[in-house]
Amino acid sequence: MKPVNQKAWLLVLPVLLIVAFSAVIPLMTVVNYSVQDSFGNNQFFWNGVGWFAELLDPKSDLGSRFYDSLWRNLAFSAIILAIEIPLGILVALSMPREGWTVSATLVLMALPLLIPWNVVGTIWQIFARGDIGLFGAAVNGLGIDYNYVANPVAAWVTIIVMDVWHWTSLVALLCYAGLKSIPDAYYQAARIDGASRWAVFRTIQLPKMNRVLLIAVLLRFMDSFMIYTEPFVVTGGGPGNSTTFLSIELVKLALGQFDLGKAAALSIVYNLIILAVCWVFYTVMTTADARADSDAGRA
Amino acid sequence: MSLTLDSIGLTRGAQTLLADISLTLEKGSLNVLLGATLAGKTSLMRLMAGLDAPSSGKVLIEGRDVTGLPVQKRNVAMVYQQFINYPALSVYENIASPLRVAGLPANEIEARVKSAAALLRLEPYLQRKPLELSGGQQQRTAIARALVKRAELVLLDEPLANLDYKLREELREELPRIFAESGAIFVYATTEPSEALLLGGNTATLFQGKVTQFGPTAQVYRQPDDLVTAQVFSDPPLNTLSGTKQGGEVRLSTGQSIPATGAFASVPDGAYTISFRAHHLALDALPAPAIELKANVSVSEITGSESYVHLDVGEHRLVALVPGVRRLEPGAAVTAWLDPARIFLFDAAGRLAAAAPAKAA
Amino acid sequence: MARITLDKLAHSYKPDPQGPQDYALREVDHVWRQGGAYALLGPSGCGKTTLLNIISGLVVPTRGRILFDDKDVTQLPTEARNIAQVFQFPVVYDTMTVRENLAFPLKNRGVPKAQIEARVAEIAGLLDLTSALDRKASRLGADAKQKISLGRGLVRPDVAAILFDEPLTVIDPHLKWQLRSMLKELHRKLDITMIYVTHDQTEALTFADTVVVMHDGGVVQTGTPEELFQHPAHTFVGHFIGSPGMNVLPCKVEGAQASLAGQAIALARHYPALAGKVELGIRPEYATLAPRGAGLPVRITRIDDIGRARIARVELDGLKLAASVPEGASFDGDQAALALQAGQIHIYSDGHLVKGDALPGGQP
Repeated sequence: MKPVNQKAWLLVLPVLLIVAFSAVIPLMTVVNYSVQDSFGNNQFFWNGVGWFAELLDPKSDLGSRFYDSLWRNLAFSAIILAIEIPLGILVALSMPREGWTVSATLVLMALPLLIPWNVVGTIWQIFARGDIGLFGAAVNGLGIDYNYVANPVAAWVTIIVMDVWHWTSLVALLCYAGLKSIPDAYYQAARIDGASRWAVFRTIQLPKMNRVLLIAVLLRFMDSFMIYTEPFVVTGGGPGNSTTFLSIELVKLALGQFDLGKAAALSIVYNLIILAVCWVFYTVMTTADARADSDAGRA
Repeated sequence: MSLTLDSIGLTRGAQTLLADISLTLEKGSLNVLLGATLAGKTSLMRLMAGLDAPSSGKVLIEGRDVTGLPVQKRNVAMVYQQFINYPALSVYENIASPLRVAGLPANEIEARVKSAAALLRLEPYLQRKPLELSGGQQQRTAIARALVKRAELVLLDEPLANLDYKLREELREELPRIFAESGAIFVYATTEPSEALLLGGNTATLFQGKVTQFGPTAQVYRQPDDLVTAQVFSDPPLNTLSGTKQGGEVRLSTGQSIPATGAFASVPDGAYTISFRAHHLALDALPAPAIELKANVSVSEITGSESYVHLDVGEHRLVALVPGVRRLEPGAAVTAWLDPARIFLFDAAGRLAAAAPAKAA
Repeated sequence: MARITLDKLAHSYKPDPQGPQDYALREVDHVWRQGGAYALLGPSGCGKTTLLNIISGLVVPTRGRILFDDKDVTQLPTEARNIAQVFQFPVVYDTMTVRENLAFPLKNRGVPKAQIEARVAEIAGLLDLTSALDRKASRLGADAKQKISLGRGLVRPDVAAILFDEPLTVIDPHLKWQLRSMLKELHRKLDITMIYVTHDQTEALTFADTVVVMHDGGVVQTGTPEELFQHPAHTFVGHFIGSPGMNVLPCKVEGAQASLAGQAIALARHYPALAGKVELGIRPEYATLAPRGAGLPVRITRIDDIGRARIARVELDGLKLAASVPEGASFDGDQAALALQAGQIHIYSDGHLVKGDALPGGQP
């Protein structure tokens, strides 16, 4: 009946193959590892859900390490979202709307985004050093004792400031795009209605930025939850275990101790947590939107 | 070539977009699809073009079944409501683009582009970019590109809808001449009855996915088969009253009676829908046997050279289309006249029961 | 409540305008009467939106003054003028209910709560929005949203004028006339100056008591719909108003006689010697085609049957014009006679109407 559609399958075949090799097969391997115990020279023993049970048991060594770094991850993501989202909005609001300054600002904003992760780490490792780093020396010069190698609080401050420096522009650029899509008529109408600056933000700009903010929150959550390179370069997970996040823990397990089973179990749980949190964000933030839309369709 | 649609239907999910449409379009003919937004005009055109396959029925070209044959393999051209041109190419290159794709020799391309540009009066603008042109010129470019291919089937989907009314008037005036010089089958979708009348040719009236009537445009306009067709083909909206025929007279719901003579004499007694078009309701006295309707003005709209006067006659709302600028105050009492010879009678099922013999206008 | 006076207003978007070609709006003098219903009509790019933005205070004019009653407001920002505006695309505050939307301008101005409630209820009643008051504004159709935008202007008791910037662009065709008649009715009930900007003749002529026609940055005619149709002051008005527009043909005029393509035509008025480009204007409604008889010999190129009437496209020695065909007339071949009603002929010099003098010996 429709010969057109048969050929279509042939055309998607390469994509299916690539996806199989790049995602499905590695994933299956990880699942396979997670249910086995391995020793050297490729000997594997069936371990069922043993690794998962140990991982989720806070009293075990593996479990306590898992929960500690999980809380660190959640705390880190919460802090950087709490800083980067409002800051990004603020920056977007103060960006110029027209003239040559627009392109200049955009280029300037995009710069941090173009730097590779490990380079960002290296920059800050030096930048924040108390002896020769501009930032570290300046803070110490103010009389504040700041040493990210020795002091856990200083280590946290360093990676948070670094992440904010690296990624706030992304949030700002997304918000800027959202703001640009608001027709002038809205601002004019608000002026005519005598709305204050704050009322304009709350009643026009924020609602219109809803969708881009959802994207910004999702991206920043996923990225920050998976953070690895920067703390690895700057603090190496220390001092002590204070900046050891799940990703660093995972690498320690897999490559440091060569505990493939434990590492596989951890990575699967890690993945599920990210998926679950994103799903919650997504549902909560889109529900209101969808309800409004379906109603608009009916009206 | 001729294009035949044989009992075409199109459903999407539980929704029926088109139902049981059979049409035959002859070579060199101009066919108007007239219907409101969402009546199915665009769906039907997409089937004709081969962009979609019908859920049931067959599409035949010269008697050959081409149902499901994709658009690339058919010789069709399409013009859309939006002005679709290549913004980076000059008008000349825009018109030439389908010929370059077909790999025609350069001198042949030049000759064809020149003649299409002449036909659409685009010669002075050939070296400009489409966005430097007015909306009307942009749409002319799109039409020229459709014609230059010498496609056997040219589909135009409300091509003038996005133009200001003056440009629309201008292009509308030229289209019949442009169509007449090409031998293709033209299908032209519009929501406006006046556009269908200006274009002439044949008209198919569409209502909720069905073709209610297909025939020469003037005939469909003057002798609609049913109430729906008459409503689709009336702007301002068709006036309707109810009425009863009993013996020698037809009694209108507004209280007046008209003698059941002529065409009305032969219809059986019973209830009918009495319909007439807005321009047949006059605000200046008409000679007998015109009937008088006492009315109050609801609102009057002025289109420039004509006025639409919305009238309340008892609980009925009627509209009169009168020449010139007539500004009447809302609530003002006026008398409207109606010539019974202009009335259509539709039976309970909505079929035409009787109409006075067709007259011009 | 105010009378709005435009005093030698002109605007250029260029910082250093040289000649008239640099001006988006050439000098305009106009008084908008308190409580009047006005339309600003013209094609896109004619300067009508610039003029509207100057009145609302979104644009400060390059030259000239704008007065509300006798107060100079030229430099005052929008919020300091008692103006409301309805835009092309409906502007509603998405997160608010209809009630909150209507209350918003009053809340911003610190009006007491009880007063806000009463006013909102009153305006909602006028606009037929009462049943929708507690729904979210974002969930309503375009027509209701446009009513809300209008309502936010009406709700303010101090509002002097409401400006409409092509307000029906996104409204479904079958709802347009309902909104048009609602606007007219509102204007009649409320003593508010309304200025309606559009490129659509039907909207302008239906809404307004006085229509200001703009062309190429300047005002070409101000008048009632009847005046625009019967006595276009400029060939542009003749062309722009009416479908099809007025026929404008080059001619020569001597006294009370015009010469059109070598044919003499008697005029109803007497004209002085005219300089510049002289043209004759006649609406197709007053140019009637007959199979034969007295009139100009023309060639029929086409007759359009538009259902309610027939319009002929004819050529008179190469000049194209549209004419009306009387009911029942039929033609053999393409030759016919065209009769022009002398009283409906207008003479233009360089585009502008020339009045002429009444002929001695009675009415034309």
